[in-house]
Amino acid sequence: MNVAIDFASILLGGLAAGTVLFIVSVGLSVTMGLMGFVNLAHGAFAMFGGYIIVLAMNRAHFSFPVALALGFLGTAALSVILEQSLYRRLYRAGELDQVLLTIGLIFIFMAALTILVGPQSQPLQLPPELGGQINLGFMQYRTYSIFLICVGALIVIAIWLAFERTRIGAQIRATVDNRRMAESLGVNVDRLFTITFAFGSGMAALGGGLGAEFLGLDPQYALKYLVYFLIAVSVGGLGSVVGVYYASLLLGTLDFVLKLYLPKGGTIFIYVVTILVLLWRPQGLFGRKSA
Amino acid sequence: MTDLRLETRALSRRFGALVALQEVDFKLAAGARHALIGPNGAGKTTFINLLAGALPPSRGSVLLKGEDITDKKQAERVKLGIARTFQINRLFRGLSVLENVCMSVAERVGAAPTMFYPVGRRTDVIEESMHLLDTLKLAADAVHRVSELPYGRQRLVEIAIAIGLKPDVLLLDEPAAGVPSAESHIILDAIERLPEHIAVLIIEHDMDLVFRFAKRVTVMVGGALFAEGTPREIEANPQVRAVYLGQASRG
Amino acid sequence: MSRKAVPAGPATTAGRAENPAARILIGRHRLRWWEVLPWLAAGAFYFVFRDYLGFGTSLMITILFALSLDLALGYAGIVTLGHAAFFGAGAYTVGLLAFHNIWTEPITSLMLAALAAAVVGFVSGLVLLRTQGLTLLMLTLCTMALLQESANMAHDYTGGFDGLPSLDIAPVFGRFEFNPLYPDTQYLYTLAILFACFVFVRTLVYSPFGQSLTGIRENPLRMHAIGAPVRRRLVVCYTISAALAGIAGGLWAQTNAYVNLSALDLDRAATVLIILILGGYGRLYGAFVGAVTYMTLEHFLARIYPTAWQLGLGLLLVAVALYAQNGILGLSDVLWRRYRARRATP
Repeated sequence: MNVAIDFASILLGGLAAGTVLFIVSVGLSVTMGLMGFVNLAHGAFAMFGGYIIVLAMNRAHFSFPVALALGFLGTAALSVILEQSLYRRLYRAGELDQVLLTIGLIFIFMAALTILVGPQSQPLQLPPELGGQINLGFMQYRTYSIFLICVGALIVIAIWLAFERTRIGAQIRATVDNRRMAESLGVNVDRLFTITFAFGSGMAALGGGLGAEFLGLDPQYALKYLVYFLIAVSVGGLGSVVGVYYASLLLGTLDFVLKLYLPKGGTIFIYVVTILVLLWRPQGLFGRKSA
Repeated sequence: MTDLRLETRALSRRFGALVALQEVDFKLAAGARHALIGPNGAGKTTFINLLAGALPPSRGSVLLKGEDITDKKQAERVKLGIARTFQINRLFRGLSVLENVCMSVAERVGAAPTMFYPVGRRTDVIEESMHLLDTLKLAADAVHRVSELPYGRQRLVEIAIAIGLKPDVLLLDEPAAGVPSAESHIILDAIERLPEHIAVLIIEHDMDLVFRFAKRVTVMVGGALFAEGTPREIEANPQVRAVYLGQASRG
Repeated sequence: MSRKAVPAGPATTAGRAENPAARILIGRHRLRWWEVLPWLAAGAFYFVFRDYLGFGTSLMITILFALSLDLALGYAGIVTLGHAAFFGAGAYTVGLLAFHNIWTEPITSLMLAALAAAVVGFVSGLVLLRTQGLTLLMLTLCTMALLQESANMAHDYTGGFDGLPSLDIAPVFGRFEFNPLYPDTQYLYTLAILFACFVFVRTLVYSPFGQSLTGIRENPLRMHAIGAPVRRRLVVCYTISAALAGIAGGLWAQTNAYVNLSALDLDRAATVLIILILGGYGRLYGAFVGAVTYMTLEHFLARIYPTAWQLGLGLLLVAVALYAQNGILGLSDVLWRRYRARRATP
């Protein structure tokens, strides 16, 4: 029985970690699949949003849901401004220029937050309802982790439904599949991207805030976890919400387990797995093979 | 009897459920001046891609001088003597016209992989490229960047690159496409002056060009060969007229 | 090197070598007078800035590293964020050989460093260069991270996070000792190696092979269609680029007498990418301009106001990405052309 409980608690820990990764990365997957834009600054948006959420709770004493909403909206708004003024100009540019722009943005975000808030880590105080342990029947487990897992599952279902059932979801899917065809069918691709980018950045903010007590929140966040977001997205397959969900859970669980059993150099397996998957299927597990 | 350069047997290609090409038996003789015409979407460019090796067939085979080359990749087929041009220019836009042609000539004579002396030392490559540009009346543009040229002359560079490979078989995919009518005569001139021994297959919509140039015409519709004959025969063929007139009236 | 457009002369069928295009192509590789300037400057630096020889050595190593990246990125079009993998391979080869007292002769160690890095480059190139775009970027990143983690795991041999300190490097030619307090030997040794490597790269770039790399970068589909073995060329280029990066890494280990995991860091790979783009990629001297600019600014600003440096760098990168994609050299090209155009019209 104990083995089962150990196994379950490790699994749940991994799923919680993976869920945080998913919530941050889903926006990146959709926007990269939609526009093919290499946005390395996505982690910076997560960091920015995380800061809004944590500061709203710690300093302005807003409640958790309100803080989350503020983080989402604030980051979405900022992303729209940046998209219209900067990103838009490089849609047809090469990968290299996009990499350069977004690396520059990362540095700006990092420096700005250091200047405005300070270099120290920002702790997240969980609301009391989410603290402590919850009874799952056969065992007790951290309430917050269960909360995260449930929220993640709800989000992926909600986004999947939105993709399948709403008009805008259909438009996104069509544009990811074949942009020229979608344009000729009357889809306003520019506006679609702005909306998706805003939503994706907002989601990243949520991930940054929700994951703050697990991943920490300091000005280095944007760079520290960038590789993980990119791995989740490329392994899952650009533009596939289901893909990035599975890849994030897989990655999160793998990382969690490795940190437990092979703290020295366990991460090597993550890189090996990523390399093997990308060599076997360059478009990712659920990505489209380019025509 | 003229010898056969290129031949296809039951060549087919599908993309999922879409049949782009079905059971095409085609023969191209040495010295041929052969035009391939047909409505849009008939599979003509797919056919060229299959001949050039850019696309593998779903079924069937391609033979070059009697030898089966179906499994050979594009680069190998170039070495065996097949060259093609693209419907939309694929040129080295930032490089000069001379450099563009030198690229293919250097590749052909085997100069391209050498690392330890400068390009300038291979005057043979440069001379041959200039000579080629001369015959195509592009010598005055040799120094200009391709991106600076008007579209018609760019199209000519596209042909020059293919000729630089000294092919036995030349596949031209709509060489006059996108060229303003004021400039299209230069394409025509260039095609007319192609070396006699080369087997030329040309996809075209421009009927004037087809009539001036082609000795044989093949009509392709819906991925299959529809009719074949001399230009006069094809023009007089009532079924061909129906297919084309139907297409034309739909505009 | 800018390709200046010369107004076309009358078309001649005879004497084709007199055609301006042919003349340009034939003479393209000839030395221009200003090409000797960087080396004169490096020499003068040795005598004028005696207190900054350590900085100068570091600068030249960075130039070599950036030059190696330019081969892969600027000439073959391979976008990689993992080039430090080769730098690290070279650095650790030297470090391991020296620390475990297997081999300390500097020049041959450097050759072994180049060889080790070339092997890594060849194997990874063979495997990775089938992919493009984001997939390739991720694979290069992961390969480098993999190497870094491996070096970390093998800490019994590599010293792990702390690295291998106090490397014993034998004197150059048995006579010129590496003295950490008076880095004269380091400076001149690095200068000589950089010069040799630069001559090699310059020859390569102006060769038919270099020309075909440009073709692959400009239009890979066209290269396939003229029978070029594209992937083979890319792998060869990548391997050579890796070897040069390995030499840079080896030099770094030798001149610092120290090796640690930072040789394989994403930070290092990203910085060299920034430096190359800043100077101008696809041009022989972009590495020089970029490295000098970046490292000088960093040396004077970063330690005093690190956050302001980061902010300034970020703003600079955004500006370059939007307005100066071809870097400083690209900008100066544009300005030079405008200046000549204005001079030409009376």
